[in-house]
Amino acid sequence: MFYIYCPYCGEHREEEEFHAKGQAHLARPEDPDACSDEEWGNFLYFRSNPRGLYHELWVHAIGCRKFFNIARDTQTYEILETYRIGESPNLSQSTEQLQS
Amino acid sequence: MQKYSGFGLLKHALTYHENWQRVWRNPKPKRKYDVIIVGGGGHGLATAYYLAKEHGITNVAVVEKGYLGGGNTARNTTIVRSNYLWDEAALLYEHAMKLWEGLSQDLNYNLMFSQRGVLNLGHTLQDMRDIQRRVNANRLNGIDSVALDTQGVQEIVPIMDCNANRRYPVLGASWQPRAGVARHDAVAWGFARAADAMGVDLIQQCEVTDIITEDGTAVGVDTKQHGVLRGDRIGCVVAGNSGVLAKMAGFELPVESHPLQALVSEPIRPILDTVVMSNHVHGYISQSDKGDLVIGAGIDGYNGYGQRGSYPTIEHTLQAIVEMFPIFSRVRMNRQWGGIVDTCPDACPIISDTPVENLFFNCGWGTGGFKATPGSGHVFASTLAKGKAHELAKPFSMFRFHNGALIDEHGAAGVAH
Repeated sequence: MFYIYCPYCGEHREEEEFHAKGQAHLARPEDPDACSDEEWGNFLYFRSNPRGLYHELWVHAIGCRKFFNIARDTQTYEILETYRIGESPNLSQSTEQLQS
Repeated sequence: MQKYSGFGLLKHALTYHENWQRVWRNPKPKRKYDVIIVGGGGHGLATAYYLAKEHGITNVAVVEKGYLGGGNTARNTTIVRSNYLWDEAALLYEHAMKLWEGLSQDLNYNLMFSQRGVLNLGHTLQDMRDIQRRVNANRLNGIDSVALDTQGVQEIVPIMDCNANRRYPVLGASWQPRAGVARHDAVAWGFARAADAMGVDLIQQCEVTDIITEDGTAVGVDTKQHGVLRGDRIGCVVAGNSGVLAKMAGFELPVESHPLQALVSEPIRPILDTVVMSNHVHGYISQSDKGDLVIGAGIDGYNGYGQRGSYPTIEHTLQAIVEMFPIFSRVRMNRQWGGIVDTCPDACPIISDTPVENLFFNCGWGTGGFKATPGSGHVFASTLAKGKAHELAKPFSMFRFHNGALIDEHGAAGVAH
C-alpha cells in the first residue's frame, strides 16, 4: 500500500485515493499533423518502462483531483519524491532524461 | 528420454523410485548457438521445443536468470480459452487451443489439461450485447462458443448467486466448453524435458546483462555467469522484463510492466467444476484439483517490477468473488502473490522482428499469456527459424503501433483471464 504525499493537499493519503496515469514528462508534439507515423506512434504508445527510477503521472482522484508527478523506484516501490506539474524533480535523471 | 507411463511407474515402484532419470541435463553452455532464447518460462521453452521438433534446429540455448518456469508461468491462474473477438487474436489463441488438446501425449508429460469450460459473465445489457457479438464472431471462426441466459448459467454453476436483485445481477454469459485449465508448472517442465531430450541446452541461473549488436545486427548476449554467448538469431521471451531487454538493444517497446496478483484459498471439497470469469465485477475463479480456489483479477494500476502488488487490489478482487459467490465469504485465503505482466495498449501480444536485425521479441501478452503457451511457442519458433513472421504472427508485429493496425481485444482480454 502506497502512502502518497499530494503536493497540492500537502498531506500523505492512502493509495486508494489516487490513480496512476502513466509516464510523466511526455510532451505532445507541437504540430501533430507534421509528425510521421513513427513519431506519432512513439508519442502515443512507446514507453521507457524502466526497472528502477521512474517518473510517472498520478491524479489525486478522490481528493483534490489534481495531477502531479511521482518519482518512484519500480523495483522497490519506494516513492522518492512527489512534485507538481511544471516543476522539475530533484533527482532529475533518466525516465529517458525526462523526455526532454 | 525415458518414457513416462503407468507401467513405468509400477516398474520404478519395485526399486523404491530411486532410479528415475533426471528430467533434463544441466549443460555447460557452448560458445555459439544457432538460436538463443532469452527466458526459460513456458513460452520460451515451448519455442525451443518447436524449434527442435518442427524445424530441426537443435543447436539452441534457453538462457534463464532464475529457474525454469519460475516467473509468470508459476504465478498465473492457469486458465486456457480461445474465445477472442477479432479474427487475428481468435486464430492465434485457437491455434494454441488445438495444440493444448494433444499436448500431454505429444510431450509424454501429464499437463492435467482439463476442459471444464469457461463462463464469461455479463451483468449489464451492454455486457450481454458484447457477449452476443463475441459469441457470433467466435462461431464464424470455428470456435465453440455459446451465449447463455441467467438460467443457463445457474444450471452450470448452481452455487452462483444469480438473484435478479443483486447489485450486479448475472444476466447471462458466454460459455466455451472446450476451454479449461492446465497444470501451469507441468507445462514448463513438459516442454523443458522434451526440448532437452532433442538436444536443446537449458541454461539456468544465467542472467543476460547485454545484447551484443554489430552494425545493427544482434550477434549474441552477454551474461553475468557465463560471459558472451553468440547466436545467429536471438529471441527474447521475458514477459515483464521485455522493456529492460529492449533497452539493452537500444529501443523502446509499447509495453508497460505491471504487477498482477493472484491468490488461493485453503483447500476445500469439490464445489466448482468450471471456470467463472467476470469483467464487470472484475474477478475470476476456478478450483484446482488440490481443492483450493484459485482467484485472480486486474493489474495494479502503476508500473512495477517488484513481483508483489497492493492490498487494495486484493480487496477489490475478493469483493468481486463474494459478489458472485456469497457462499465463499468465509473461505480463508492461504497464499497471495504477484507476477509482472507486460501489457500492450491494445491488449494483444507482440510477436515480432525489431529495429535490430536477427533480434526477435515475443512479449506483451499482458495478463493472459498462459493460455497461448503452445501456440505462442509454435509461431515464434517458426518466426525464429525462418527469420520472418509466421502467418498467424504477422498481425502482431510491434510496428502495428506505428501504422495503426491495432487489434483491440480489451473486450475479450482487458480484465479477466
